Amino acid sequence: MNNDFRWMPEQASSISSEVDAVYYFLVIVSAVLTVLIAGLIVYFAIKYRRGSPADRSTGTTHFYAIELTWIILPFLLTLVMFFWGAHVYLKQTRPPASAMQFQCVAKQWMWKIQHPQGNAEINELHVPLDQPIAIRMISEDVIHSFYVPAFRVKQDVLPGRYTTIWFQPTKVGSYHLFCAEYCGAKHAEMRGTVHVLEPSQYQEWLNQKLATSSTSAAPSLLSELRCTSCHLNGDRPGRAPSLAGLFGRRVVLNNGQTVIADETYIRESILRPAAKIVTGYTPLMPSFEGQVNEEQILQLIREIKQLPRDVTAPSKEDSMSDAEESNP
Amino acid sequence: MSDTPVTLPEHHYLNADYRLSSWLVTRDHKRIAILYLISITFFFVIGGIAATIVRLELMTAKADWVESETYNKLFTIHGITMIFFFLIPSIPTVLGNFLVPMMLGARDLAFPRLNLLSWYLFATAGILTMWAILAGGVDTGWTFYTPYSSTYSNSYVMATALGVFVSGFSSILTGLNFIVTTHLMRAPGLTWFRLPLFIWSMYAASLIMVLGTPVVALAILLVGLERMFGIGIFDPALGGDPLLFQHLFWFYSHPAVYIMVLPAFGVISELVACFSSRRPFGYAFIGFSSFAIAIIGFLVWGHHMFVSGQSVYAGMVFSMLSFLVAIPSSIKVFNWTATLYKASISYRTPMLYALGFIGLFTIGGLTGLFLATLAVDVHVHDTYFVVAHFHYIMVGGTVMAYLGGIHFWWPKMTGRMYPESWARFSAILIFVGFNLTFFPQFLLGYLGMPRRYHVYPEEFQVLNVMSSAGASILAVGYVFPVTYLIWSLRYGEPAPANPFGHTGLEWTTQSPPKTHNFDTVPIVEREAYDFLPEDTDRKIDEEQEVELV
Amino acid sequence: MSDAAVLPAHHFETHEQQRLAGEVGMWLFLVTEFMFFGGLFLAYFIYRNWYPVEFVEGGHTMDSVLGAINTGVLLTSSLTMALAVHAAEQSERRRTLWLLIATMVFGTIFLGVKAYEYHHKYEEGLMPFLAPEVWQPDRRGLATFLHLYFLMTGVHAFHMVIGIGALAILARWTTQGVTLGPRSLVVHNVGLYWHFVDLVWVFLFPFFYLVA
Repeated sequence: MNNDFRWMPEQASSISSEVDAVYYFLVIVSAVLTVLIAGLIVYFAIKYRRGSPADRSTGTTHFYAIELTWIILPFLLTLVMFFWGAHVYLKQTRPPASAMQFQCVAKQWMWKIQHPQGNAEINELHVPLDQPIAIRMISEDVIHSFYVPAFRVKQDVLPGRYTTIWFQPTKVGSYHLFCAEYCGAKHAEMRGTVHVLEPSQYQEWLNQKLATSSTSAAPSLLSELRCTSCHLNGDRPGRAPSLAGLFGRRVVLNNGQTVIADETYIRESILRPAAKIVTGYTPLMPSFEGQVNEEQILQLIREIKQLPRDVTAPSKEDSMSDAEESNP
Repeated sequence: MSDTPVTLPEHHYLNADYRLSSWLVTRDHKRIAILYLISITFFFVIGGIAATIVRLELMTAKADWVESETYNKLFTIHGITMIFFFLIPSIPTVLGNFLVPMMLGARDLAFPRLNLLSWYLFATAGILTMWAILAGGVDTGWTFYTPYSSTYSNSYVMATALGVFVSGFSSILTGLNFIVTTHLMRAPGLTWFRLPLFIWSMYAASLIMVLGTPVVALAILLVGLERMFGIGIFDPALGGDPLLFQHLFWFYSHPAVYIMVLPAFGVISELVACFSSRRPFGYAFIGFSSFAIAIIGFLVWGHHMFVSGQSVYAGMVFSMLSFLVAIPSSIKVFNWTATLYKASISYRTPMLYALGFIGLFTIGGLTGLFLATLAVDVHVHDTYFVVAHFHYIMVGGTVMAYLGGIHFWWPKMTGRMYPESWARFSAILIFVGFNLTFFPQFLLGYLGMPRRYHVYPEEFQVLNVMSSAGASILAVGYVFPVTYLIWSLRYGEPAPANPFGHTGLEWTTQSPPKTHNFDTVPIVEREAYDFLPEDTDRKIDEEQEVELV
Repeated sequence: MSDAAVLPAHHFETHEQQRLAGEVGMWLFLVTEFMFFGGLFLAYFIYRNWYPVEFVEGGHTMDSVLGAINTGVLLTSSLTMALAVHAAEQSERRRTLWLLIATMVFGTIFLGVKAYEYHHKYEEGLMPFLAPEVWQPDRRGLATFLHLYFLMTGVHAFHMVIGIGALAILARWTTQGVTLGPRSLVVHNVGLYWHFVDLVWVFLFPFFYLVA
C-alpha cells in the first residue's frame, strides 16, 4: 500500500473518476462563488468604508429583479448538481448481473469475507482486476460500514438485514478498507485491506487457498442442522416445502401474497418461520434464532442455491437480481 | 450630543437587588439571560477541554495520550456538551432572552416564570450530564445510534440520555415563550415588517424548537427504555429496527442545526445593518427566507442516511430537498453582501465577526452541497469532510455570530464597553485559527479518513498535525474574549445608550436597562433600520451619546 | 368581587393580552405533545406493518369491553370538564367545583381500570420486559405489541396523572374563588390539556383493542 502523503485518494474503481468529476465540479463552483462573495465583501468594505468619498447616492433597499436572479440561477445550478450526483449514485448502487457474489459478516471488530468459491478471509479481500464484485453484508451485532475510499463506495452493514455493496476494481494494488460507522471501542482498528490482483494472479491465489482449505470437505449445514429431514425428504413430501430449486422462485403464501424466495426470505424463514407460511402448509418449523449465527445463515443460503433443481418445478425466469433488497 | 463623560445609570436591572437569592428566583428576562450566559460558558469550556485532548491525540497516528475507550468518550462528551448545552441554547437563551422583549417594546416575555423554569431545567440537565461524565462517561457518540447505545455500550447512556431529554424541555419552553411574545406583545405600531430581522430569525428558530424537540425526546426515551427493559424497538435481536432510531433522531437533529444557525443569521443581519448604517438589502426576502429554511429544514433529514440502508428513491427525494434548503440561505448571504454596496462601513469588532461569518458560512454552506450530492456523499459520509462542514457552520458560523452579538450588545447588557483593540485582535486570531484547524479536514475527509478514529494510517498525519496546530491558535483566540470581557465589567469604559448608532427599541433605553425596560410603552412610527441619510458619514465616538431623531 | 381592580400581570398591558397569551401558549404546548405522541404512533404503524399476525394476536389479549368502558369514562370526563370550563366562565363556583371533582373521579376510575388491566396482564405473564429470556424469538412480534401497549398507554396514563393533579389544584383554587369569571382562563387551559389527552386515548383504543 502506498503510504505517501497525497492530496487526493487513488482512483482504483470504475466509478472513482466519475465521483471525482462531480467533486471537482463542486469544488470549482464553490471556489468561484466563495472568491466572488469574499471579493465583493472586501471590495465594498474598502470602497464604502465610513468616511470614504465614494458615491452613495442611489443605494437601494431592494431590487426584485436582482433578488429573483440570484434565487433562480443558484437553483438551476443545484439542479445540475442533483441530477449529475443522482446519475452517478445509481451506478454506485446497482451492481451488474455479472458481478461475482461475495458475502461478508461484520462484527465487533472484524470483517469476515467469503468468496463465491467458499474460502473465507478475515480483514483481507483479494479480488481480480476489472471484474465487478458484489458483496452481500450483514452484521452480527451493531451497525458497521464497509468503506473503501479508493473505490469511492461505502455501505452501512446492519444487524438483522442484508445490504449490498459493489465495485469494479480498475487498478492493481492494495487499498484501505475502513469501518465507517462508529461501533464501539475498537472502531478505529476495524480495518482491512483490499488486494486487487491481475486475473491470473487472482486465480493462482484462489487455487492455493482452495487446495489448503477444508471448505470442500466441510459437512453440509443443511444436514447437520437437520433441515433435510423435513425439507428434502424426497419420498415423503408434504411436511415442509422442498428446498430444491427454491432459490429465486416465486412462492405463494397462505394469505394469498406472492413473494420471491431470495436471501432475505430464506433468512427470515430460518429465524422467524411463522412470519410467512407457504400455502398448503402449517406452521410447524421451530425458530433457529440463537442457534445459528449470520455466517451460518449465509452458508445455508449458499447450500440452498447449489441444490440441484427439481425438474418438475417452475423455472427461475422470474427471480430478482441481487441488487434489490426487500425489507424483512 | 453631550460632551460630558458617560456614567453608569443609578438604577438598572443588575443592581436592583444584589442578593444571590434575587438572582435565583428572578423573573427578569435580562437576569435569566445572564444566568444562561454563565452556564453555557461553563459548558463551552468543558466541551473545549474534550476537544483539546482529542486534537492532541490526533497529532500522531497511534494512540499516545488516551486509550480507545477514553477517546470515544471524549468525542461523545464534546459533541453532546457543545450541541445540547452550548450551541442550541447560546444565541436564543442569552441574546434572545435579553433582546426579544426589548426589541418588541415589551417589559418581559409572555411567561417569565416559565422562562426561569427553562433555566432550571437546563441547569438540572447539565448537572445530570456532568455527573454522567464524572462517573465514567458515555461512548456512544452524540448520535446515540442503536443498537450500540441501546444494547451494547457499557457506559452511562441512561444518565446522559436523561440529561439531554430534560434539556429538550428547556428548549421547548423557550421557543414557546418567544412565539407567544412575538405575536402578542409587540409595541403599538410595531408591525411585522417593522420588526428587526433578529426577531424574524428567532421566531423561525422557535418554531423548530417547539415542533422538533419532542421527537428527539421520544427517540432518547425509547433508547433508555430499550436499555432498561429490553423492549424491542431498535435492536433487531429483540425484534426492532435500528433505522427507526435514525429516522426519529435525525427528524429533530437536522432541524436542530437550523435552531443553531437561524438565530446566528438574525445577529448577522443586525450587525451588518448597523455597521453599514443601512437597511439590509431585501429585508422581506431575508425575513421570509428564515421561514423557508425552518419549513424545508424539516423535510431533509434523510440526507444523513444515504448509505444507511434507506431506499435509493428516498435518497433522491432527500437529496433534492437538501439542495432546495440551500437556496434561502444563499439569499441571505447575497443580500448581506449587497447591503455593503453604497453603505458606510465601520470596522468595529462586531462587524469583523459578521464579515468573518459571511465568508465562513459561505464555505460551510457550499460544502453542504457536496454532502447533498448523492454520489459524493457516498464517499465522504462519516469522514472528516462532514466534520469540517459542520464545524464551518457551527463554529465559523454560529460561534462567530454569538461572539459578534455578545460584543455588540455587551454595552447594553453590562453598561460597559469592551476594549476595542484587544477585541479586534482576538476576532482575527479566531478567524485564522479556525481556518487552519478545519480546512485541512476537508482534504482528510476526501482522502478517506473516517470520523471517530483515534488511530489512523500514517499518510493522514500531516493534515492532522496542521489541524491540531490551528486548534491551538483557536483555543488561545477564545481565551482572550473571556478574559477581557470579564475585565471590562470592572474596568471597561461606561457605555452610552447607543454606542454604535443602531436602530431598534433596545437602543432607546439606558445601558444597562432598568428592570422593567421601558418607563412608558414605546410607540413605533418609523420603519425598521431607518438610518437617516446624514447618518451615513457620521463618525461614531465612543464617548458620545447618539440620539435617534 | 371587584374584578375590575384586578390588574393583569406586570408585563402585560391588558387582561385580553394576558388571556390570549395563555391560550396561545397552551395550544403551542399541545402541539409539542402532538409531535411526541406522533412519534409513538409512527413506531406503532411501522411495527404493525412488520408483524401483522402478531399484532392481531396481541389484540386478542386485550379486553375490549374494559377498553370500551374506559373510553366511555374518559369521554364523559371530557364532558364534565367542558361543563366545568363553562361554569367557571359563568362564575358559578359550586358548579365549577363539583364538575372539576367529577372529572377527577372519572379520570381516577379510568386509571383504576387501567391498573386492573395491567395487573391482569402481569398475572398472565404478558409483560415481556419483566422476563425477556422467557420470550422465544418467534414471539418477538407479540412482545413488541405488548411493549408498545404498555409504553403508549403508560405515557398516556402519566399524562392523566398530571391532569388529575392539575384538576386538584384547580379545585382548591375554585374554593378560594380565584378561577372564576375573568380568571377562568386557567380552567380553560387545563380543559384543553384534558381534551387532548382524551383524544390520544380515542386513537389508542382502536389501535390496541380493536386490532382484530
